[in-house]
Amino acid sequence: MRFYEYESKQLFGRYGIPLPTGSKVAHSAAEAEAVAKEINGPAVLKSQVLTGGRMKAGGVLFADTPGQAAEAATKILALTINGHAPRGVLVEGRAPVKQEYYIGVTWDGFARKPVMICSDMGGIDIEEVAETHPEHIAKRHFSTLLPFSDYMAKELIAQLAIGGAELNQLSRIAAALARVFIAHGLTLAEINPLARLEDGRFVCLDGHVDMEDDARDSQKAILKALGIAPEEKRQARPPTQFEIDGAAVDAADHRGVAGNVVEFDGDLGLVIGAGGGSLTLFDAIRKHGGRPANYCEIGGNPSVTKACELTKLILRKPGVKKIAVMMNVVSNTRVDIVARGVIKGVIESGHKPADKIAIFRIPGSWETEGFKILQHYGVEYCDRTVSMYEAAGRAVAKMQDA
Amino acid sequence: MAALFINVEVDPALAKDAAAVKKLVEVCPVNIFAEADLGLLAIVEKNLDECTLCELCLQAAPAGAVRVKKLYGDREVLVRTD
Ligand code: SF4
Repeated sequence: MRFYEYESKQLFGRYGIPLPTGSKVAHSAAEAEAVAKEINGPAVLKSQVLTGGRMKAGGVLFADTPGQAAEAATKILALTINGHAPRGVLVEGRAPVKQEYYIGVTWDGFARKPVMICSDMGGIDIEEVAETHPEHIAKRHFSTLLPFSDYMAKELIAQLAIGGAELNQLSRIAAALARVFIAHGLTLAEINPLARLEDGRFVCLDGHVDMEDDARDSQKAILKALGIAPEEKRQARPPTQFEIDGAAVDAADHRGVAGNVVEFDGDLGLVIGAGGGSLTLFDAIRKHGGRPANYCEIGGNPSVTKACELTKLILRKPGVKKIAVMMNVVSNTRVDIVARGVIKGVIESGHKPADKIAIFRIPGSWETEGFKILQHYGVEYCDRTVSMYEAAGRAVAKMQDA
Repeated sequence: MAALFINVEVDPALAKDAAAVKKLVEVCPVNIFAEADLGLLAIVEKNLDECTLCELCLQAAPAGAVRVKKLYGDREVLVRTD
C-alpha cells in the first residue's frame, strides 16, 4: 500500500528524520496561506497524488509570499494528474540546496533480506544512477531480526568516500530509515532527494513509503495516527472497468474466489488458481511467448455460477481469443464444478467450448468427474502428469491458429 | 438457459408430500428444491447445474423416489435402490 508524500514524511518525522520547515498538508488556499505564513519565507507547494510526473504536470509550484502560496494551492488543488485528483497540497519551506543524496530501503526477494541503498547522486532515478554511475551507489543487506545500528549505516555511507559531520548526519538518517522499514512492515522506504542545505543541515525533500498489504493489521495504530482509513486500498493505479466487473462477480456469491482479476492487454484469457501456482502459470505463458489478457484468482470452491460469470467476463474482454484454465494440484476446489462453470460460461457467450478453451489443467478433487465433462464437450484437458509449464506451452501453441 | 449438466427427477407422489418436500428443501446445499404453493415441490431450474452430487436428497427420500441425472458422459443416474 502506497503512502502519500505527506504521510511518508509524517512517518519519517516520528523517527527523527529531518523535514523541511512547515511540511503540512493543506486542503484549501486559505490553509496553504496559513502554513506559508508560519514558514515565513519562500515555500514549495506540492500536489499530493499517488502518481509520478507532478513537476511536469504543474503539480509543484513555488511561492515567495503567503498570497502566492494561496494562488498556487488553488491551481494545484484543481489539477488532475494522470487521472488522480490531489488529496491535498503539501506546503514546505524552501532553502538553498548544496547537494542531493539518495537513501532507500527495500526488500530483496532473492537475498530474502532488506537492502539499504545510498548514493551521493540524489534527485534522479536511482536505477539510472546504478546504470550510468555505479561507483556512486553503495548497498548492504541487513537482518530484520537484529537491531539496525548507526554504525552499520556509517560503514555503508563511508563506501561513498563521505566523511566527517556529513557522514555522521547521513548515518543517523539512514539508520532511522532502516528502523522505520523494519518497525512498520514496509516494502519500500525511500528519501529522494535527501538534501544537504547550504547551512549544512540535511532535510528530506521527498519521500516514498510502501507498506506490505499483509502488515495493515499489525500496523493499525500507525495507520490510524496517519489518518489512513482501513478501507483505503491505495492501488498503484485506479481499477479498470474489467477489474471492477471482476470484483462484482466475486462479491455476488460468497462461495469461493472467482473474479479477483488484473487486466493486461494480451489475447489469452486466464482462469488460473490463486497464489504461487498462478504466478508460475502466468510466467510460463509469457516464457512460451503468450500474451495474457489478465491475471486471475480462482479457488476455494467457487460455485458453477461464479466460475461461469468469470468466464463470460473474460471472454467479453476485447481481443481475447481463447482462455486457458489451469491450476496447480487442488484439494479445496472441485475440478468438476470449475469445469461446469467454465463450459457454461463459454456456451452462454455463444462459443463452442472446444474452440474457446485452449487447455484445461486442474488436477485435484473430483478430477475424474471433471474430465468426463471436458471430454463430453471435446475440450483438451490434462492431468498432473503434464507440468504447468508444458500445459502453458500447449495453450500458447493453440493461439497460433486462433 | 436450461441446465447443461444435471437434471433431478422426483416421483409425483413425493412432490405432493409436504413433510418430504420440507426435508428435500432442508438437505440440498445448493437450493435445488423449493416449496411452492400448497406445500408442493418445485425444482429450481437455475440451480440445477450447481448440484454437488452429494446424494443427500437421495438419502432424505424413499428409495427410488429421487433421481439425479448427469447430462454428460455416460449419462449416469444417481438413485437409491435399497
Ligand atoms: S445431490 Fe445434493 S446437491 Fe444435488 S440435488 Fe441432491 S441434495 Fe441437492
